[in-house]
Amino acid sequence: MKNKTKRTVKYAFIKSLPVMAGYLLIGIGFGILMHSKGLGILWTAAMSVFVFAGSMQYVAVDLISGGASLISTAIMTLAVNARHIVYGISMIGKYKDTGKYKPYLIFALTDETYSIACDTEIPEDVDKNKFYFFLSLFNQFYWVVGSLLGSAVGNILPFSTAGIDFSMTALFVVVFINQWKASKKHFSSYLGVLTSVACLFIFGADSFIIPAMIVIVSALCLYKLLEKKEARYEQ
Amino acid sequence: MNNNLYILLTIAVMSLLTALLRFAPFLIFGGKRDVPKMIEYLSNVLPAAIMGMLIVYCLRNVDIMSGSHGLPELFAIAVVVILHLWKKNTILSIASGTAVYMILIQTVFA
Repeated sequence: MKNKTKRTVKYAFIKSLPVMAGYLLIGIGFGILMHSKGLGILWTAAMSVFVFAGSMQYVAVDLISGGASLISTAIMTLAVNARHIVYGISMIGKYKDTGKYKPYLIFALTDETYSIACDTEIPEDVDKNKFYFFLSLFNQFYWVVGSLLGSAVGNILPFSTAGIDFSMTALFVVVFINQWKASKKHFSSYLGVLTSVACLFIFGADSFIIPAMIVIVSALCLYKLLEKKEARYEQ
Repeated sequence: MNNNLYILLTIAVMSLLTALLRFAPFLIFGGKRDVPKMIEYLSNVLPAAIMGMLIVYCLRNVDIMSGSHGLPELFAIAVVVILHLWKKNTILSIASGTAVYMILIQTVFA
């Protein structure tokens, strides 16, 4: 292996370490959760390989064990993963000349991979394209391995796994807090929660997602337009 | 329909739509076109709102009026919040909150 490639793989590995612990543990949690709902190791592997989206996979366990319709699944996927459009927009520049790696890079653009990829400075002696590639690959590897472990271990745990699906709630709370801390105005955070609660009461547990999304997007656009108007008045 | 077919189709739907969402920006804006300001703005503020929505989604079946009245959830979320604001460690926060919840619903609120 060429020296530059070796250096690149090593650099990508080091940058992926923060993700490794997280993906292994949450992956294991996902595997255990799948197992607890009677969904075996093959389905678990298939999801972690072909969907590769943490929150969505957790929600999927819920959907499948509840017998959700394919339409419901489609809508939930769009709602839950809409934020991935965000990542793509920010990475258009960085992923521009990545050639043969591009399709996989885009496919594997998860929350964590995005946060590292858009933040990392790539030194001169490291191959940019291979770096992104190996970063994404390592991350997906940790995720798949975690899922498989969780699924396999589900059988031999000495305690009941009832309630383990709370790990999904916990994950979202953590990310919510991180996003809260990352912004000065918290309009969007408040909006998300309040709108969802209101829609939950009005439309019920099974039908509140679409109305909530419509209101959220509309409110955010309105907020932006009003901000612009204010700015013009102040001139 | 056959259960295995159902699961397969569900995974296929999720896989395809997720990939679509990831590829969309590159397909639409990958060329020379500029990203409209509104899209760029949404892409920055939407995630926070969606996370809020997802938390509500997780708690959608909680009944405050009966059963455990949502108390295990309340305690466990409090644990997650406090721990995360204090230690800022994602794994610790998630694991602790989940453990607290599991213990509560298997013992006190069984």
